[in-house]
Amino acid sequence: MQLTYVLILAALLFCIGIYGLVTSRNAVRVLMSIELLLNAVNLNLIGFANYLDGQQIKGQVFAVFVITVAAAEAAVGLAIILAIYRNRDTVDMEKFNLLKW
Amino acid sequence: MDLATLTQTVTFFALAGAVLFAALGVVLLDNVVYSAFLLGGVFLSISGLYILMNADFVSAAQILIYVGAVNVLILFAIMLVNKREAYTPVPGRWLRQGGAAVVSLGVFALLTKMILQTPWKISALPPTPDSIKTIGRHFFSDFLLPFELASVLLLMALIGAVVLARRELVLEPEPILGEEVVPPLELPERPREPVALSEK
Repeated sequence: MQLTYVLILAALLFCIGIYGLVTSRNAVRVLMSIELLLNAVNLNLIGFANYLDGQQIKGQVFAVFVITVAAAEAAVGLAIILAIYRNRDTVDMEKFNLLKW
Repeated sequence: MDLATLTQTVTFFALAGAVLFAALGVVLLDNVVYSAFLLGGVFLSISGLYILMNADFVSAAQILIYVGAVNVLILFAIMLVNKREAYTPVPGRWLRQGGAAVVSLGVFALLTKMILQTPWKISALPPTPDSIKTIGRHFFSDFLLPFELASVLLLMALIGAVVLARRELVLEPEPILGEEVVPPLELPERPREPVALSEK
């Protein structure tokens, strides 16, 4: 097990997340894809902390901050989806034209 | 290859396969509930990978926060917006999906080439045995300001989520005279009264 395997796995996870973020129509699934993206980044950080910086593991500190921001983002994002659902009565991303010009 | 390395390699590839299949299921399955549970599987497998990379504290935090909080929050959101709607087909959607797939694969190829070409300076020192103490020392010395800002951010997110998701007060229409007023069903809670009246 080497650093490159971890990085390639994280890159694959990131690309799956981007694909889901762009193509999914359910708004909740978009949030799930964002969580996938953040997890890929965390995997990168932990891999670097283990293989390149084993003594003072600053990558793990950054990973904890990323987890914090992800939790806050999930809460606010789901609240926004609930508010839009209450107004529009749908969770279809194609019908959200609130911020279009 | 000795036994320890073999075990590590086999565990890594098993966990990586679990992560990839579950992530593909999250993105590609039709039912959102299945996606949410598979997302929990992704989080658990990634926490296993963290243990494999000597990050015990982050692994525990991953299970507690992601599986315990974020995934449950997503499941609650799915239940709250539980609406089976048939999505109306949008013309040219396959073009967008194909474009997104091509772009994702291109990004992956680019990243893989970069990862394989870069000469990583692998540290020869063994990783620190007490990672929790090291992380705590970082939090209270050189990462003190981001640590405190994270608490402020969490407070802001808490208040913002409550304000955004709160139900607006719905004013009931005035009852018509002569008609029997049926009391609406409501939760048993204390009637709210203005502060100025209750201070008498």
